[in-house]
Amino acid sequence: MDVSQYLDIFIDETNEHLQDLSDCIMAIEQEPDNMDTVNEIFRAAHSLKGMAGTMGFKRMQRLTHDMENVFQEVRSGNMTVTSSLVDVLFQCLDALDAYLENVKSTSNEGTNDNEAIINQLNAILNEETAGGSANEDAPEATEEASGEESSGEADSAGGYTNKCSLSELDDKSVEALRAAAEKASHVYGVTVYISEECLLKAARAFLVFKAVEELGTIAVYRPSSHDIEDERFEFDFRFYMAGDEPLEKVLAAARTVSEIVEAVGVELDLGDSTTSQPEPEESALDEAKTKENATESAPAPAKSPQPAAAKKPAQTDKKQPAGKQVGNRTVRVDIEKLDALMNQVSELIIAKNSMVSISATEGGSMQSQSFHEQIEYLERITTTLHESVMKVRMVPIESVVNKFPRMIRDLSKKLDKKMELHMSGEDTELDRTVVDQIGDPLQHLLRNSADHGLESADVRRKLGKPETGAIYLNAFQEGNNVIIEVSDDGSGINTDKVMEKAIERGIITQEQGEAMSQKEIIDMLFMPSFSMAKEITDISGRGVGLDVVKSNIEALGGDVEVKSVLGEGSKFTVRLPLTLAIIQALMVEIGEEKYAIPLGTIQTIESISEEDIKYVQADEVIHIRGSVIPLVRLEQILDIPPREAAKRNLTVVIVRKGEKFAGLVVDSLIGQQEIVIKSLGMYIDSSKLISGATILGDGEVALILDVNTLL
Amino acid sequence: MKKNIKDNDTVQYIVVQLGGEQYGINIRYVDNIVRMQKITRVPKVQHYFKGVINLRGEVMPVMSIRSKMGLPEDEFTDDTRIIILKAEEKGSLGVIIDAVKEVVTLAPEEIDKVAYDAKDERSNFINGIGKHGEELVSLFDINCIIGEKEAV
Repeated sequence: MDVSQYLDIFIDETNEHLQDLSDCIMAIEQEPDNMDTVNEIFRAAHSLKGMAGTMGFKRMQRLTHDMENVFQEVRSGNMTVTSSLVDVLFQCLDALDAYLENVKSTSNEGTNDNEAIINQLNAILNEETAGGSANEDAPEATEEASGEESSGEADSAGGYTNKCSLSELDDKSVEALRAAAEKASHVYGVTVYISEECLLKAARAFLVFKAVEELGTIAVYRPSSHDIEDERFEFDFRFYMAGDEPLEKVLAAARTVSEIVEAVGVELDLGDSTTSQPEPEESALDEAKTKENATESAPAPAKSPQPAAAKKPAQTDKKQPAGKQVGNRTVRVDIEKLDALMNQVSELIIAKNSMVSISATEGGSMQSQSFHEQIEYLERITTTLHESVMKVRMVPIESVVNKFPRMIRDLSKKLDKKMELHMSGEDTELDRTVVDQIGDPLQHLLRNSADHGLESADVRRKLGKPETGAIYLNAFQEGNNVIIEVSDDGSGINTDKVMEKAIERGIITQEQGEAMSQKEIIDMLFMPSFSMAKEITDISGRGVGLDVVKSNIEALGGDVEVKSVLGEGSKFTVRLPLTLAIIQALMVEIGEEKYAIPLGTIQTIESISEEDIKYVQADEVIHIRGSVIPLVRLEQILDIPPREAAKRNLTVVIVRKGEKFAGLVVDSLIGQQEIVIKSLGMYIDSSKLISGATILGDGEVALILDVNTLL
Repeated sequence: MKKNIKDNDTVQYIVVQLGGEQYGINIRYVDNIVRMQKITRVPKVQHYFKGVINLRGEVMPVMSIRSKMGLPEDEFTDDTRIIILKAEEKGSLGVIIDAVKEVVTLAPEEIDKVAYDAKDERSNFINGIGKHGEELVSLFDINCIIGEKEAV
């Protein structure tokens, strides 16, 4: 069976199962007696094994099989979960991960047998259960054998009878079958029996359908495809198909799917052609229909021709047109297709903006009421469309952060420190592209906390702190940003030491150092090649550290800040924009030029008279509601020729980045607008004042101010 | 026989005017020629970048060859054009020229190679001189135009 086309599904699902396993093993280490978790692990390992087997990855199958054996023993109470077992299990996961990586890159699992791990597993198994494993292997083996054995015989395989007959179909189904049969030479009804131990019946059924569809068209499912998908069937299901291949080939294809015990089928006769025998066919259908109605009206007593309907009360939704396949409720979409969609939405918004600007400037004829109403309507639609596309692209950060507990556990062993990771807000959503790239910076921050932040258990005890250090990862949405905080209750940043190091490295002079605020000193940690580790460990301390974190996060349009209290811990705050391509911005005019200020950074807009400007160390500041805010004269920074008459009243846009504020002086405000961010290209080095450009409604290009660099 | 070789090796150049002289741009690098339009100034950039324009919904940087070559500043007339050059790695780029004259086809024997001359900075941007009838056309080295180098 050619399975290459399921490779993507296999990779995705294996990833999910591996993640589940990892989560559960973490959990089981905490509470070894939780049977639900053990069952969950067993299920995941079992389906992994099945999938690997189906795809022909023998080594993966073998490894998962041995893992499954172990869980089997745990489940039956013959074994207890120990820390060393968990270690081995994690090694197994790593090995499986390596197989998967191999599969991803070469479509082949590779040649590493991982004998060592398997031997370790078996050693634990033998030691703990003393011979239990042999018994355990037996049912597994027979189950698999029975699947292979039976492939020779067809209809008569012990007790497995074909339950297919045309009489169980309603006319719509027959219609569908007939349509499919037009192009094919044979019509079959096939009954497939699934092993009673199978845990993922729907998945097996799916694989069977996939395999069979290569040989023909499946027209009708019994129970309905919807019910099969939801696992609303016992251990057998039927389908009716049309195809050119011999029946035996179809059955063989179905049997290749693991955990399929038997597939039996019969060739059906629909009549010579669709038109030649309408009369008898119809009467037969009527008969079938009446029978069906009968079962529907009296569902409880079983009718012999319809065992399935009687057995499964859930299947009574016959009103739904059978034969029409109910599609999956989710689809996997290539991210590039979403990008293309997003670009088109961007173009649409530009076009919409230009219509808005025409409606605002063109006189007389364009001023009619209904035209404006339509423009407003269009605006609403494009905004909603944009939001919908954004939502499609949003994924929870869960997929990134859920590998961290495992990492912290490993670090804890490696560093010989006791620590625990507390996470919250894993369901916070971010744009897919951001999520894909946020993993490394966050991982680095966590490693940083574990390595530099937390003290060893001895030191912590002496300081009167709980022996187990705590690392927190909190994510939440704040306006147009998503905030991810990584904090610990460790020693905090020793600013004196940082300063010493900076002086030693020649980054600053002694005098400069003394003049620096605590915050400025801490910010030096983000400078390239500044590592605080006393000695280089393989966890952190190679000098490629926080500066990379910072540049990675800034490349995503975000920023990172640190707060630290000596002896109490430090907190890294990562701020990321919710969206990348389209933002709400305030358009302002400075001189003759138009600029966009991202709305998310704006705190308030104030009107200040010339007299309110104070001076602190020769810098202009304003004093508003208790806080002193430095003024930024944009026309000077942006080299805009000043207007002749200085105005008595200044319009000041107060922007904020984290704890820092600044007042940007602008000439006038144009209004709020949805803008599409475009890059300035690679030729222009815009000295970071400008983060991009956008095209306005009238076709003019306006620049977007990068507020971060103005603070 | 000789004619065949000539046909195969000929190169088409767009002849443009820049400060009284004629320059040729290999047509292979030309994506588009557009009329002068409003250029949005970008602050604090290399002085020869005049800013960005909107080219059918894309933001396109525009450079002045005159300021890059150390010639007097551009004077915009009705003939002024922006030639959009396509470069593989860094994307497209617009250059301002005084006027577009014609398209000429030059055979290898009609082109004199210019050796690099450290004294004459302007020649850094030229890799040959084409003889088209009575007229001489300096042929731009596109990579130098696009690159960071400029006449001091």
